[in-house]
Amino acid sequence: MAIRQLSVFVENKQGSLHNITDAIANAGINLRSMCVADTSNYGIVRIIADDPEGAKELLDKDGQAANVRLVNAFAVPDKPGGLASVLRLLEGNGVNIEYMYALITSESGKAYSVMRTGDTEETDRILVANGIELLDESKLH
Amino acid sequence: MEKRKYYQEAIETMPVEEIKKMQSEKLVRQVAHVYKNVPYYRDLMDKKGVKPEDIKGIEDLYKLPFIEKSDLRETYPYGMLAVPLADCVRIQSTSGTTGKRVIAYYTQHDIDLWEECCARAIVAVGADREDVVQVSYGYGLFTGGPGLNGGSHKVGALTLPMSSGNTERQLQFMLDMKATVLCCTPSYAAYLGESLKEQGYTPDQIPLKAGIFGAEPWTQEMRHNIEETLGIKAYDIYGLTEISGPGVSFECSAQGGMHINEDHFLAEIINPETGEPLPEGTKGELVFTCLDKEAFPLLRYRTRDICVLTREPCPCGRTHIRMAKPMGRSDDMMIIRGVNVFPSQIEAVLLAEGFSENYLIKLGRANNSDTFDVYVELRPEQFDDSVKNITAMEKSLANAMRNMIGIGPSVHLVPPKTIARSEGKAKRVIDERNLHD
Repeated sequence: MAIRQLSVFVENKQGSLHNITDAIANAGINLRSMCVADTSNYGIVRIIADDPEGAKELLDKDGQAANVRLVNAFAVPDKPGGLASVLRLLEGNGVNIEYMYALITSESGKAYSVMRTGDTEETDRILVANGIELLDESKLH
Repeated sequence: MEKRKYYQEAIETMPVEEIKKMQSEKLVRQVAHVYKNVPYYRDLMDKKGVKPEDIKGIEDLYKLPFIEKSDLRETYPYGMLAVPLADCVRIQSTSGTTGKRVIAYYTQHDIDLWEECCARAIVAVGADREDVVQVSYGYGLFTGGPGLNGGSHKVGALTLPMSSGNTERQLQFMLDMKATVLCCTPSYAAYLGESLKEQGYTPDQIPLKAGIFGAEPWTQEMRHNIEETLGIKAYDIYGLTEISGPGVSFECSAQGGMHINEDHFLAEIINPETGEPLPEGTKGELVFTCLDKEAFPLLRYRTRDICVLTREPCPCGRTHIRMAKPMGRSDDMMIIRGVNVFPSQIEAVLLAEGFSENYLIKLGRANNSDTFDVYVELRPEQFDDSVKNITAMEKSLANAMRNMIGIGPSVHLVPPKTIARSEGKAKRVIDERNLHD
């Protein structure tokens, strides 16, 4: 079960991030997690929010480059080696991870991660088949 | 033995009145040749109501229609050819795209007169048959290498046909063969100078005594730097493929402008807006008329270079009119690393590749070379969340541009609406090179 992620292509300059988060907040959309990838010229802001499509529509109207796609989100035991075991599993199955970031929840004892791989569906299948706990969007909000 | 001062003294120091008389005679013949053999130009003259017999001398020059770069594109590839192809022995071509490329044709006579012009430039910097001339302009379709190579042969100097690039080899031959004259772009001269300096060579250990540098704009500051690092006198040379190649004009020891080889090329300055000829000493667009070419004799060709002419007597003794270093362009052409680039070429690539036409070209200088960056707005629908894809798009655009114009920019995709829109005409180019003094 993959979850939806909003990503926005922004300028690498002061205020870019604030503008995005402001716009989303003004629409009453709640952010759950966020990660910024930056290069010297631009950044990509990746956001898990409770209404990614609504947020994209808002940004589209403003002429911004926004995209909603599915990413894998899963839980691992909050202990040393918890994440490594999942990554080892994926690597063993030839899954290429493009990026990954942590998702913070109030639930203790577990750590949540979001990742984009070369093949989201296949990754989902592998995680399910190996009993890794997945996050669905209903659990997030 | 005293060095010769001129390659062709009688012509180079000919009294101005005689030059004008010679130009008038040649012009009449050249116009008749073109009218007879170039239907495209004949039509232009007919449309303007000018007959060859209306041109009795250089005072009638203004009656002739202009030729612009667009005419050369329209008549590609053979439309401006004035002799049977079988009489031609060579082509050269401008840098740039298929769309903008110009092919110039040469008979042996045309090659000889071009090489003579280059020989005059080489002798003007104090070189003769005892010298070793290192030609580090590109060889091939570009006129730089072949022109100076031929000029050096005419002078009888030992010629090192190095072409451009391969710096290690350039320096090795320069030092081992004791090159005394270096011909290349000013950027490359500066680069070679820096490389020698880094390797610990001081100017007195470098055999060069003079350099002939052209094909791109350069400043007095660059001239000083090159002269200092290489321990030479640096001379300017000007030319364009459409007219022949390097050597249309060249700097002499007085370094107060470049003498135009007036026995072959008639220069005028016009108002770029109206086309009206302007009096000597006025700044305007430089226009050339070939006087005795056979294969590709362009009449009133608009160079788009903004320039001033002067006929003040020159201490070097040459009587040919002098042109200042071009001060800019009357069109939007950029000269980047010696290559002519139009913003419209960048635009054509963006369009063909499905990108937004909101772009910005930034030119700068780093390590004695031009930096060339193109910023392009990504369309919202082109964004798919991946850095990898953005990088791939940047690379493929840069390649497409390199294929189009011959040199590759660094392409940077930026978010939509981040490139400033100005009222009316968009500002597409930011040139921070300060190439014009």
